Amino acid sequence: MSRDLKKRLRAAGLWVTTFVLMVIMCVPGLWVVLSGFRPNREILAKPPVWVPEELTLSNFGKIFGFGAEQVAIPVLSYFWNSMVIAMTSTLIALIIGMAGGYAFARFRFRFKNAWFLGLMLFRAVPGIALSLPVFMLWSRLGLIDTQMGLIIVYVSLNVPFTIWLIDGFFRQIPMSLSEAAQVDGCTRWQAFWKIEFPLARSGIAAAGVFAFLTSWNEFALASQLTRSTDSKTLPVGLMDFTAQFTIDWAGMCAMAVIIIVPALILTFLVQKHLIAGLTFGGVKG
Amino acid sequence: MNPARPVMRAAPPNDGFVTPVTRFFKRNQTALTPVLLLSPALLTMLFVVAIPLAFSLYTSLTPYRLTRPESIEIFVGARNYMRLLSNDDFWEAFLRTILFLAIALNVEFVLGLGIALLINKITWGQRTLRTIMMFPMMFSPILVGFQFKFIFNDNIGILNNALQSLGITDRAIPWLVDGKLAMFSIIFAEVWMSTSVFAILLLAGLFAMPRDPLEAAKVDGCNAWQTFRHITLPFIMPFAFIAMTIRSLDVARAYDIVAVMTDGGPAGRTELLWTMIARVGYENARMGQANAMAYISTILSIAFTYYFFTKLVAARRYMGGAE
Repeated sequence: MSRDLKKRLRAAGLWVTTFVLMVIMCVPGLWVVLSGFRPNREILAKPPVWVPEELTLSNFGKIFGFGAEQVAIPVLSYFWNSMVIAMTSTLIALIIGMAGGYAFARFRFRFKNAWFLGLMLFRAVPGIALSLPVFMLWSRLGLIDTQMGLIIVYVSLNVPFTIWLIDGFFRQIPMSLSEAAQVDGCTRWQAFWKIEFPLARSGIAAAGVFAFLTSWNEFALASQLTRSTDSKTLPVGLMDFTAQFTIDWAGMCAMAVIIIVPALILTFLVQKHLIAGLTFGGVKG
Repeated sequence: MNPARPVMRAAPPNDGFVTPVTRFFKRNQTALTPVLLLSPALLTMLFVVAIPLAFSLYTSLTPYRLTRPESIEIFVGARNYMRLLSNDDFWEAFLRTILFLAIALNVEFVLGLGIALLINKITWGQRTLRTIMMFPMMFSPILVGFQFKFIFNDNIGILNNALQSLGITDRAIPWLVDGKLAMFSIIFAEVWMSTSVFAILLLAGLFAMPRDPLEAAKVDGCNAWQTFRHITLPFIMPFAFIAMTIRSLDVARAYDIVAVMTDGGPAGRTELLWTMIARVGYENARMGQANAMAYISTILSIAFTYYFFTKLVAARRYMGGAE
């Protein structure tokens, strides 16, 4: 009996340790989120106010320009730009990535591994290094400070990794399913559309979320390729706060909440597939 | 005599038109389909990455300045590169970048492995813990930078406030103002952001591990360390390489963190290759020089990815997962 008790105590101890560790890991993020709901004077208070005395939505009202006090930062248009750019580039990257991933998963062709590696190596180019020539070319093409300019860049940023993930998901589906459908009179396209696509759908959704987050969070390229409310995204807009003489911590935290919430929801929804996609696509190459 | 109605020529036996082109397509259908499927991806990469990189290479051989547009036509050979190689600031930033990556990646791997082993042991509430663990993954790098700028702020940051409230120190520690402390803060932020990537993938590796070898080892009298060292670790190494490869694809996102936290300061003490590129290229408008630097950083990143990718492929082959 005492051995049993010891075992249980050890398990409980392990659980508490892990839980505390996880909480500590989350504290920095949660602190920023919490500060988004606190008035600036409480954040700046000396001595510090540990337990929030007042939670308010006024920071959000301020940065969106509701109410009497306004902050001169057009967060609403940044939000709109971010949404349009991230959604469009994700959609295009998914279509291109699905074609490419299918090719890698289902066909044999020469130098297949080399092609795959080549695509990945293109992705490895640092954003800030790529931004220099893209900046020079885009300014000649008139694509600087347009949503289109950023969308094109983000599509290419997302294609390699989307191919990696989707290739993995298609491999998980036995080839015999599509072959059986073709024996029964389906064309290859019908077999893909009616059998393989529905089976891989959740994985493709996960790849989409990954692509969306990459575009939603990107800063290095966006900060150089955007100028005004025409195309500035949320991460670039966040820097507007630091450019001022006094940093509006509360406003910045509120903006951080706006950036994090969509990412949080999306990741939570597809986390299972995300993990499966990352590991399967990678291991059983 | 009626002009004869034009004689209908017999249609070609198959469907419509046979030209050399269509015949070529028909005959090589299986060979051409993958090319066709891959072409949108290749065209995108060509247009947005390959062509700009070629342009970048050319620009790095000119003294191009944004303020003097005609200077792009002057060819100076490798002068920009020579200048970099003899520049102490560049070497300092270069070595600092390597050191930064070496420390960050190793710490991330060890911490991630520790967390994965802990969560793997737990039976109750495992999924919840795993979800909590993914929390930092959702933060964009720029947000992580801002978050730690807020936390490490010497005046109102939670860290100094906590240290002072607990009576550990009564002065404001200049986390982001002192060179060494600033570097530490940046590495801390980077580790916070990316440890989950390692943890989540290593955990997936632990889940996929077969039970039999572990039990066999137990029967054979291996202790916990031996089992871990000789059975668990080799099995999850491919997963570690996946994590490394994924991380190596965007190591440069640390640029975002540094840009918002210190922007290379104080006095260049946290300057990494990437912040230096931005400074020389955009602030000083010396595009030729910046492109030379960008090329060096690109080669560095590509070598890094290539190395881990080949490791990954080798590990896959070892596991028998390859085709």
